[in-house]
Amino acid sequence: MDWKRFGFIALIITVLFGAVVAVGQEQQRPLLIITSMLATTISVATPLTLGALSGVFCERSGVVNIGIEGMMLSSAFFGWFTAMYLSNIYDWALMPSIITGAIVAVLAGALMGLLLGWLSITFKVDQIIGGTVINILAVGLTGFLNRQLFFGKSSLFQGTVPSSPGVFSAAHFPINEIFSPLCGSGALCLEDVNAINRVFDQKPIALLAIALVFVAHYVLFKTRWGLRTRAVGEHPKAADTVGINVERMRYVNVLIGGMLAGLGGAYFTLESIPSFEPLMTNGRGFISLAAMIFGNWTPIGAWAAALVFGASQALQINMQLFRDSIPEQWAFLQQSYVVGLTPYILTMLILTGIIGKTTPPAADGTPYEK
Amino acid sequence: MQPEKKKSSFASQVLQSIYEASVIPFLAILTSVIIGGLIIKSVGGDPFVAYKGLLQGAFGSAKAWSETAIWATPYIFAGLAVALAFRGGLFNIGAEGQLAFGAVFSALIGYALPGWLGFDLPIYIHLPLAILAGALAGGIWAAIVGALKAYTGGHEVINTIMMNYIALNMTSFLVGGVMKDKNPLNVISRTPLIAESARIAPIFDGLRIHWGFVLALVMAFLVWWLLNKTTLGFEIRTVGLNPDAAKYAGINVKKIITLTMLFSGILAGMAGAIEVTGLNYRHELGFSSGYGYDAIAIALLGKSHPLGVVLASFLFAAMRNGATRMQFLTQLPVDLISMIQALVLLFVAADAIVRYIYRIKAKGERVTLTRGWGG
Repeated sequence: MDWKRFGFIALIITVLFGAVVAVGQEQQRPLLIITSMLATTISVATPLTLGALSGVFCERSGVVNIGIEGMMLSSAFFGWFTAMYLSNIYDWALMPSIITGAIVAVLAGALMGLLLGWLSITFKVDQIIGGTVINILAVGLTGFLNRQLFFGKSSLFQGTVPSSPGVFSAAHFPINEIFSPLCGSGALCLEDVNAINRVFDQKPIALLAIALVFVAHYVLFKTRWGLRTRAVGEHPKAADTVGINVERMRYVNVLIGGMLAGLGGAYFTLESIPSFEPLMTNGRGFISLAAMIFGNWTPIGAWAAALVFGASQALQINMQLFRDSIPEQWAFLQQSYVVGLTPYILTMLILTGIIGKTTPPAADGTPYEK
Repeated sequence: MQPEKKKSSFASQVLQSIYEASVIPFLAILTSVIIGGLIIKSVGGDPFVAYKGLLQGAFGSAKAWSETAIWATPYIFAGLAVALAFRGGLFNIGAEGQLAFGAVFSALIGYALPGWLGFDLPIYIHLPLAILAGALAGGIWAAIVGALKAYTGGHEVINTIMMNYIALNMTSFLVGGVMKDKNPLNVISRTPLIAESARIAPIFDGLRIHWGFVLALVMAFLVWWLLNKTTLGFEIRTVGLNPDAAKYAGINVKKIITLTMLFSGILAGMAGAIEVTGLNYRHELGFSSGYGYDAIAIALLGKSHPLGVVLASFLFAAMRNGATRMQFLTQLPVDLISMIQALVLLFVAADAIVRYIYRIKAKGERVTLTRGWGG
């Protein structure tokens, strides 16, 4: 474990949380601010975590995946469209339609992964160009379908955007039930337990993402299959010599990567908000890549890095809540445009390597020629 | 006999090389148009009516030609920006942000400079200053990424994208705030109109086509000249082909990387500056959506050659301009064009697919456009 890196991550998150507590403590008790920040952080880090995991799988096997953004965008669209179609045309109930939507999103991601594999493994196209193709294709495809389906000549819904089915509801952990009897009649204690409960009441994709982090860690570092994946990404020739099918390993990993990005895409339209907007992924796919690099191509490191970005987004959201308490000399913080720059500037700082050099898999980005 | 034979073989060599350079882009466009037709058919439209409308809208009249050239102008600048970076081994996805920054600063000099100075400027000083401000703003914005790449190894692909988001946030902040048009009737985020002395004149009366289009062609020639006729251009291309070899040959690779991004950003910034000084006479938020990404497709389609970029820009401009007429005739959404353009990009970038479909053998070595994270 790279303790220096994790220490640094913890430090950044503490600073971001501390800033909000410092500004908001006049209006809200620090514990409530911290728990609300934590809940937001974990939730908004979900697509970043899944995107970063997607990158880890692809790049550990030697394929640079810069198309995560496009994979997420198209999955967000197809997942949402499936859920909306099922609930409006076939009158499916909420849960079956959004669960089917999420499955379709994962499949759409897998298809995009297959396209990346086809381009970069079979045709040996420059992998960064291949990923860019996916990004641009996704923008064109989702924009076209979105407009054609609702406003086009033979549109399904005759020019109206039908109401969407809704989003996943949060899971409930019985923290409240267990701990509130211990409080007796203290109102503040009840409030605290409630606040802590909120951190744990996350939605299914967020919980699944955290579980997948540990699954990915186990698969990559504790199984024979993971060892082979890493061998293919570090030294494909050696892997080939001992009888590992390089192309097949890469294809399977890129497919897994596509599915993970697809689940990340489902977060946008099936868990976060119940509608699709063109370009709604808004750079999350690229920030995922930065999280992957910051996490040194490991699942747990990538998750920790994703939480940093989540925290900086939570900072933006919470600063808006407490904007009246921002001291006058820091008035620029009231502008959401200014605070909104934090994740992007953080990404660039991380890429400079001032936080410590990271090393990509040795064969990352190079097509394998026998 | 001998020299004549040589001459004819030279001519056929030229023809051969033109054929080789254009056959893949041509087949890529053809394939995309066919697939686009199938998509139109599948959504219940008539592909022939649609494409006829597209052509009419793009080239059907003098006005249509003028509008196509107006679309082509920023495409040429931004396409050259991406192409120049490609030649230097860098992938500039940030043309969008550089363009927005160029537009904002060009507009600022355009409307505010006479006020700051307290007197009106003649057009031959004010206009060049406005364009220069935009070019430099874009250039510096990109050079930051170049310097980060050269001195810290931060990958330019992610950094240019991050700079896009930062630029869009900052321009929203500026144009929606301190630079917002103070006219009480104005409710949207836009700057005031720029002064008459900072505007590019139209070429013909009654048509919108302006001298900025000619400037775009001049810049295409200058980029060609820079790359092929100067030592600096040679160094840029050498770094692009093999940075290690360039280093051993005594080229200051870090300086060249930074300079390449600076020039690339200058071209992208000019795209924004020319849109402001030649067409809109102000900067309005959201006017540039998509130029930066189209520029990547244009540079790839034009094989990163200035002449190719000009031709590819015209193709994309014609599609964008003709799309409105196509939509009018067939009620197909304009976004269809984005689909076709994405397909063109797919087939040009992955020329192996086109070679596979049409059974064309690959010649020569593979050209590396970008490198992995290692730099």
